[in-house]
Amino acid sequence: MHAKRLLKATVVSASAMLLVAACGGSSGSSSSAGSAAASSGAAAEAPGGPAFAGPVGTGEGQVNILAWPGYVEDGSTDPKVDWVTQFEKDSGCKVNLKTFGTSDEAVKLMQGGGWDVVSASGDATLRLIYGDLVQPVNTDLVPSYADIFPDLKMQKFNSVDGVAYGIPHGRGANLIMWNTDKVTTPLDSWAVTFDANSPYKGAVTAYDSPIFIADAAVYLMATQPELGITDPYALDKTQFDAAMALLTQQKDLIGEYWSDYTKATQAFESGSTAVGTSWQVIANLAEADGGHVAAAKAKEGATGWSDTWMIAKDTPHINCAYKWVDYIASPSVNAQVAEWFGEAPSNAKACDLTSDKNFCTTYHAGDTEYWKDVYYWNTPTTKCLDGRTDVQCIPYSEWGTAWSALRS
Amino acid sequence: MTTTTATHRGFWYRHPGLRLGGLLTAPMAWLVVVYLGSLGALFLTAFYQVDDFTSQVVRSFSLKNFQTLFTTSAYYQSVFRTISIALLVTILCLVIAVPLAFFMARVAPRNWRPVMIALVLTPLWASYLVKVYAWRSMLQPETGVIAWFLKPLGLDGPGYGYVGIVITLTYLWLPYMILPVYAGLTRLPDSMLDASADLGAHSGRTFRSIVIPMIFPSVVAGSIFTFSLSLGDYITAQIVGGKVTMLGNIVQQTYVTNLPFAAAVATLPVIIIVLYLLAVRKTGALESV
Repeated sequence: MHAKRLLKATVVSASAMLLVAACGGSSGSSSSAGSAAASSGAAAEAPGGPAFAGPVGTGEGQVNILAWPGYVEDGSTDPKVDWVTQFEKDSGCKVNLKTFGTSDEAVKLMQGGGWDVVSASGDATLRLIYGDLVQPVNTDLVPSYADIFPDLKMQKFNSVDGVAYGIPHGRGANLIMWNTDKVTTPLDSWAVTFDANSPYKGAVTAYDSPIFIADAAVYLMATQPELGITDPYALDKTQFDAAMALLTQQKDLIGEYWSDYTKATQAFESGSTAVGTSWQVIANLAEADGGHVAAAKAKEGATGWSDTWMIAKDTPHINCAYKWVDYIASPSVNAQVAEWFGEAPSNAKACDLTSDKNFCTTYHAGDTEYWKDVYYWNTPTTKCLDGRTDVQCIPYSEWGTAWSALRS
Repeated sequence: MTTTTATHRGFWYRHPGLRLGGLLTAPMAWLVVVYLGSLGALFLTAFYQVDDFTSQVVRSFSLKNFQTLFTTSAYYQSVFRTISIALLVTILCLVIAVPLAFFMARVAPRNWRPVMIALVLTPLWASYLVKVYAWRSMLQPETGVIAWFLKPLGLDGPGYGYVGIVITLTYLWLPYMILPVYAGLTRLPDSMLDASADLGAHSGRTFRSIVIPMIFPSVVAGSIFTFSLSLGDYITAQIVGGKVTMLGNIVQQTYVTNLPFAAAVATLPVIIIVLYLLAVRKTGALESV
């Protein structure tokens, strides 16, 4: 009897809960179905609504920033490296920062909401724009925009139909890096990271993201010209399969893959990784720690990034967001970030303000020739980015599954 | 005043169903909405597709994700690799935990017990990441502590990879095996061991016929922890796994670009755990846990 009553009560409360769940579930699914429909329609035209009309007023007290490591420093990494404190003092906007290791992570975090600005690379920007997650930027409200290098403005990854979606931050190439204790002769080619007979078998590293397939494609452009690759982000089936075959061959050489830059820094420093793909900031950090490392741009060319500060669509901190994108692109701050991260600044005036007077020359800030064989990260789509119409290209979602199959 | 209270009491007294319902609504909400609801959503998502460009979920039903999972050798090898890691970790935990728990519960003086339990629990005070990164530096090829210890013997350290993952996970989950086994052993009545000895059984026979059957449910409880925790882990594999990946890594790699596929991968550990629990239930161990 007692047990029966208990059962009855359980059933009553369970069914009540199920009802609530069902209601919640249905309303939830209908709203997300709505947004899915909106986004699939939006794939044809650039969404995001109108840009902020301005004027930029008093800050809202805080701004939530998603950024690549090294872009937003408040002195906690290195007491001498701090441009956040000044911003907080000037604007009254407290900075809440989260860093990410891959563009995919950035996109996912933006989809989750709660972030006001993001430093997006070219393989994330279009996904953010067409995913209806960011808004157009009114460049008239960003005084720093005037001094940005012209070849970084209105590119296919930071604008749609002549509408700017962000403020260029800086650019760089993905480098080949090595531990100088393990590799005694300086390197200038990706060959040792791809060749089956590499002397560094078991101590090679690679970037753990589907976008790394493009690095293989860049190497193939130089070594197998008969494949006819002109843009490493526009690969048809044959070209894609060749890149994957190269990566499968590379997997034998790999000691570990990295997406966490601290892990990569430690691995290069300790020598457990002898050679592999890296960023300048990793080389800088490892050197600062006393690690024996060196890095260079490979002769085959390289993938690279051109990053853009974007503003989230429904940000409640629009004034702080505008203040931040202007501040971070302003000459003196842009110079500091560029020097710390080890990339070419986007602001032409930044070149006069770097502590190393040769910095912009070293990093080829205005050297159009240098950037010719640097292929900025982009989002591969079925419609080939290189303009070919006779074939279909492999879209990024398939890059993702191919990469995870390779890694499994 | 008093009458209102009385009627109020009377109402709840006369409606025990409502009373119990009120009591159970909150926990049931947790179980049904938060827990089963999200599992249901996960399972449903596994049948959806993804938009090629924006990577957003498209709600059209298909079995494609599961097809990819079971026809791509890299993926199903990963499934077997993950299960084998989880099993190895469980077995290693068992081999270490049973003697240790036996010593704690049966051999050591009674007043040592709280101290020993505290010692077993100390690793749980440190953050998971700190422990895994500590293992990363210990496992480091050539220069790590383990490689250094093995060098005089002419051996190389395990480095980063399969063995590294198994060692690290065993370290991480060991307390979850020791505690239930210890609890089981403390519940073991002395009289049974005495009776066994009185009847002429030597210690090996007593262990086999009395101790093992009595602590079997505790071992099963511990193994559920170690097995399921290992099955779902991905951070350890990322930090000390070198290029070896587990199911969790596939989920982590694909959940941005292809959420439905990640959901399909994520349902596998759930299915494996359910099968494991069903197998365990057959042995009758669950009734006495």
